[in-house]
This record gives sequence, C-alpha cells and structure tokens, in this order.
Amino acid sequence: MGPLVEIRNLSKVYTRGRERIEVLHHVNLDIAQGDFLALMGPSGSGKTTLLNLIGGLDSPTEGTLEVGGQRIDRLGQSELARWRASHVGFVFQFYNLLPMLSAARNVELPLLLTKLPAAKRRRHAAIALELVGLADRAAHKPGELSGGQQQRVAIARAIVSDPTLLVCDEPTGDLDRQSAVEVLTLLQNLNRDHGKTIVMVTHDPKAAEHARHVLHLDKGTLVEAAQAAEPAW
Amino acid sequence: MVKYLPLVWSALLRRKTRTVFTLVSVIAAFLLFGLLNSVRDAFASAGRNVAAATRLITISKESFVVSLPKSLLLQIRSVPGVSAVTYANWFGGYYQHPQNQLVTEAVAPNYFDLYPEFQLPAAQLRAFHATRAGAVAGASLAERFHWRIGDEIPIEATIFPQKSGSNTWTFTLVGIYHVDDPRLQGEEGALFFNWDYFDQATAFGGGTAGWYIERIAHPQEAYRVAHEIDALSLNSDHETKTESEDAFAAAFVSQFADIGLIVGSIMGAVFFTLILLTGNTMAQAVRERIPELAILKTIGFSSRSVLALVLAESVLLLALGGAIGLALAAVAVNAIRARLGAQIPMLPVGTQAWLSGLALTIIIGLLVGALPARRGMRLRIVEALSGR
Repeated sequence: MGPLVEIRNLSKVYTRGRERIEVLHHVNLDIAQGDFLALMGPSGSGKTTLLNLIGGLDSPTEGTLEVGGQRIDRLGQSELARWRASHVGFVFQFYNLLPMLSAARNVELPLLLTKLPAAKRRRHAAIALELVGLADRAAHKPGELSGGQQQRVAIARAIVSDPTLLVCDEPTGDLDRQSAVEVLTLLQNLNRDHGKTIVMVTHDPKAAEHARHVLHLDKGTLVEAAQAAEPAW
Repeated sequence: MVKYLPLVWSALLRRKTRTVFTLVSVIAAFLLFGLLNSVRDAFASAGRNVAAATRLITISKESFVVSLPKSLLLQIRSVPGVSAVTYANWFGGYYQHPQNQLVTEAVAPNYFDLYPEFQLPAAQLRAFHATRAGAVAGASLAERFHWRIGDEIPIEATIFPQKSGSNTWTFTLVGIYHVDDPRLQGEEGALFFNWDYFDQATAFGGGTAGWYIERIAHPQEAYRVAHEIDALSLNSDHETKTESEDAFAAAFVSQFADIGLIVGSIMGAVFFTLILLTGNTMAQAVRERIPELAILKTIGFSSRSVLALVLAESVLLLALGGAIGLALAAVAVNAIRARLGAQIPMLPVGTQAWLSGLALTIIIGLLVGALPARRGMRLRIVEALSGR
C-alpha cells in the first residue's frame, strides 16, 4: 500500500515584523495508509505546524504536500475547507466542542456540510457516539461531561464523516491518566479496526507508545525516525 | 438553511442575559416604531378616501379659527360644479374630566349626506334631525365611554359657553355611526350635534359657519370650482381659501407640527441607538466565540459560511425582537384606539408597517452583523486556535 501522505522538502516560515522564523526546514516524510504515527519533540520544534499542514489548516511556504494523491499545498482557502470536510478529522487538546450544543449536535456538525437529510445525519451521529461509547450521553452538553467524555465526543465528531485521516494535537494533554488511556485505546481501535490513518502530536512518551511509529522533530527538522519498539496493543 | 438554525440559535443562547437585554432593546425600539408609525400613517392618510377627490373644504383665508358668514352658503351652492354644500363648527369640549378631550362638531342637517363613509342607520339619522339637542357619536367613542342610544351626555365646553352662562351642554345620544374602512377608523372618535342647537344656544359665534364642505360633481373640475368659490368673497372682510380635503387635513395637522418630521426624527434616533447597542453586542459575542468559529472552519465550513452564520445570528436577533415589538405595538395601538378614540389619531399596525418593520430588521441585522461577520470570515484558523 502506497503512502497516504507524501511530504517533500516542506518548509514553513512565519514572519513577525522584520523577524523571519523558519518553523519547518525541508521536511521529507511519507505516512502510510493505515499508519498511526506519533510526532514528538520539544516545544517550538514544529510538530504542531507540521500537523496543521498535513490537516490542511495552514499552507507551506515551500515544498509539496500530497494527501491521498492530491496536492493540498496548491489548494486555495475554499478548496482546502472542502477538502478538510471530506478527508480529515480533527481532535484537539481542549476538545473544542461548541458549549451550547448537545453531544449529538456537536458530532452532527461536519455532516451539516453534506447533503444528507436530517434523519440520516442524526443516525450517523448516533452511530459515531455509540462507537466512542457515549450513546447514553447524546443529549448532554459538553459542560455536563467529564474531560475524557468530551474528548471522546470530539473523536466522534472527527470520525462521523468517515475521513481517511485523523489528526490529533495533544489529544490527552488535558486528561488524567485513566481518561488518557481510554482515549488512546479508542484511537488505536479506530486505527486497527476501522483503518483510520492517524497522525498524533504528543509530549507524552506513554501516549506515543500507543502509536505504530514515533517521529521526533527538533528545530523544524525530523531528527529521528523510529518504530515503536513494542506498541502497547 | 434550516439545518443551520440550531447552530445560529445556540450562538444566541450562549450568553442568555446579554441576549435577553439586547432583545428587550430591540423589542422596545420596534414597539416605538409600531406606535409612531401608526400615528404618522393616521396623519398622512387624513382625508384620504374615495370621496375625498369629490370634496372640497372652504375656510377663512385668515385662519382656520375665523368663522365665515352663513350667507356664503347660498352663494357657494350656486357655483357651477358644486352639487351639494354643508357646513360645520368646531366645538371641542370634554366629557366628565378635562383629560377626556373630545372631537365635537356642530353640523348642518345634511352633513352626513356628504360623508357616506360615516354609516348611520336611517332611523337614527331621522332621530338626529328631529331631536334639537340630539347627538351622534362614532362607534369607538361610544364604546370608550360606554354610551348607549338614549343616554344624556353632558359635555363641558372649553370655548363656547351657553347664553345662560353654563358651560355644560347636555346632548341626547340618538345615533352611533360606524366607519368600515380601517384606514379611517380614527374618524369613529367624533361627536356631532345639530348646528341649529349650537347656533341658538351659544353665547357667541352664532350665525356663522366654521367651514363649508362642498361636494363636486367632477373631480377634474376641483381647481376651477375652488377658484370660483374663493372669488365669491374676494376683496371682502371674509376672504376664503378652498382646497381639497387632503390638503385641508394636511394643513390642519401642520398647524401643530410637522408630524412626519418629528416621528422620523425620533425613529431615526431610536434606530441609531439600536444599531450602536446591537452592534456592540454582536462584536462582543463574536469576539468571545473566535475559537468556536475557528473550529467550524477547521471542520470544513468555508469563510463565506461563517460570514453567513454570524449575519444570520444578527438578523435572527433583530427579526425576533422586531416581530415581538411590532406584535406588542399592534396590541397597544388597538388598546389605545379603544381607550382614546380620535384623541390620538392612530391606524392599526397593518401589512405595510409589518413589511417596513421586517425590512428594517433585515437591514439593521445585516448592518450590525457586518463587521463581526467579516472578522469571523477572515480569521486564520491556526492563529485563532492558538489564542493569538
């Protein structure tokens, strides 16, 4: 199976006033379809920037970025938005759920961009919630859920439109150990049982152990590529 | 679009107290709009009816309050094109309490012939002619004071005392007229009594008419007829000014003030304040929700979708407040009309007012939502999510 993500000579430069900050420096990387990759590195190493580029949230300054055979570095903002809607699911450290919507409504959000009728949207949202073990919390608002439960709702939202790729930015960074393990196990299941390709940024070596591969970034450069010695699954 | 409604609605409910206060401001503004619009329409439509084109009013050129000699009646009747003439005197007065000021006129026997829009049963009209101190009241006035036919109604004069020195004129209610045209509902607030009774009993002002009303056969002859009527008293001590009923009504109102300008100015000030208030609310609401809008963009909402969502939120807030405000205005106008009749001329809140109100809610909604929506549309996901 060929790589799902092909990154060639990728650089990202930010300018702040007269200052020019090169966050990523000529990165080359392939991520295979069905992989579960953990990106690690110190703060400011460029791992979140790389994740944002892979997820189509930002555009590179230089280099090429191909996901599923499509050059997303060439897409405009509107095209990127459409591409994200159908190809990528996002999971963030602080869940980023809409506080006034129920869990079910939050999960349904990406489906509003499709032509699915309301009944099907609700059904798909219910299935996604069931998959993350929160079918009985569908009517609860985020404020009525624990951190772990909120993150699982966020995962349900990320997978409801059946994307190829899941990008997760510190998904366990705000969770206690028990909830973190539950969330990581859930991601493993999605990778193993549902074939989702997952790219996860984490500071936590224990979280990284749940991935199939771990890569380290330092000062915008991939410094080490290692296969997890013994994945925790 | 309906599928986005829960999303828009949830944004409004995010800060319930703030939304409620803003909503109350919008309701108050549109309540005021409904009430003032009703007053303005009433003044603007004064004398506007089918018969208006065939009626002329003759008053003293000097002033509306200066009476004209009765001798003009026969002369006016002889002007070619005039098919009927009647006359009336302003009386005014109040009922029971000075707060209950009335529109009361002493009218000639044929007065109702020239006002077919005042629907008075034939038997009651006969009773009016036959009863010296008889009076006819509009339905809303009668309803306001719970008058019934046969009631003795004492009216306190504010201008015309009786020869006996008493200010109290007691009339017998012999008829109640209705006006079907909703635009003329304000006309139902008047009280008419016999001019002959007035002429005989008043301490002064007898033998004169306050104004003449002419029915003309052909509206296209109005200008010529008016000119000829005024020519009758040219160079006399009672020169006249004859004009259409519309022009007369407008001139009557303009004696007091430019109602349109006053109402327009108040509404302008109200809506300007509303724009500042709701604009500030929307700006604050969007500023707080930047990360949420960034999430919407992250999961695939386009910049235009985010723009539309924020604008929809703003328009929904205005439309909701506007609808409630106008509904309250409709209820209030009906209550005021029932209570005060013609004292405050008001027309019911009609389709035109609703359409104008709806248009205003959309325009103001788009206006106050424009800047916050633009901010939402232009936000950069990466910066917004990182709190920059």
